[in-house]
Amino acid sequence: MALLVNLALGLLFGVGLVVSGMSNPAKVLNFLDLFGSFDPSLAFVMGGAVIVAFLGFRLARMRDKPLLAPRFQLPTRRDIDARLIVGPALFGIGWGLGGFCPGPAFTALGLGAPGTLVFVPAMLVGMWAARALAERG
Amino acid sequence: MTEFTPLASLVGGMLIGLSAALLLLLEGRIAGISGIAGRLLPPWRDGLFAQRLAFIAGLVAAPFLVGAVTGVPVAQTVSADLPLMAVAGLLVGFGSVWGSGCTSGHGVCGLARLSPRSMVATAVFMGTGFLTVFVMRHAIGG
Repeated sequence: MALLVNLALGLLFGVGLVVSGMSNPAKVLNFLDLFGSFDPSLAFVMGGAVIVAFLGFRLARMRDKPLLAPRFQLPTRRDIDARLIVGPALFGIGWGLGGFCPGPAFTALGLGAPGTLVFVPAMLVGMWAARALAERG
Repeated sequence: MTEFTPLASLVGGMLIGLSAALLLLLEGRIAGISGIAGRLLPPWRDGLFAQRLAFIAGLVAAPFLVGAVTGVPVAQTVSADLPLMAVAGLLVGFGSVWGSGCTSGHGVCGLARLSPRSMVATAVFMGTGFLTVFVMRHAIGG
């Protein structure tokens, strides 16, 4: 049951990425190109996603626990540390170079573009390195 | 140039938000793709490997579902500069896990939770994203 739910929600999330245009790096790079071929579409993606998630989260949190799991697992940290600046800064540079963030990179995987087939393994190596470095403190 | 698609982008965004809301309601978890993908790699702490793999499998399958329903294969333009894509992938993977989130975890779920940490993270990655495209397209040629 949990597997089916996760598969279905991954599919829904991915369909959202494809329909919205977020899965197309050309569209992402044009969104980020404020002073060139600016395409503001992705602001509508963020807006639509945040509004629905905001309302949905409020409804979900009216319950004591989720429908299919024993408890909510929410981030509890409040501090702004160096990692919260350095990590997103590096992520944004990579996003601006390739036009992929993690979700769209996975939706692009099966379409098999050579750039994607290089990007996704490199991304996984980067994720592994960050986890390994964090483990060492 | 890419076409301005406010309606499709709004509807797609709402589907993303719906998926995130349902993941919290049903499973109690945050739909952050870098968190889900990063925790597929060792060390494994909780027993949720299969659930995370199923979610990622759904992402991978999505363009084929859209293609089958619309009858039009999903088109996209990906850079063929492979060394550039390798560097981009490393930075996206490292940075998103190091900063505890990406466009989905911080940008969608974090902002929807009104998290100050996610507001800072989103401002920073949007900023360096804009700056990187400016440098690549306008400062050092285009």
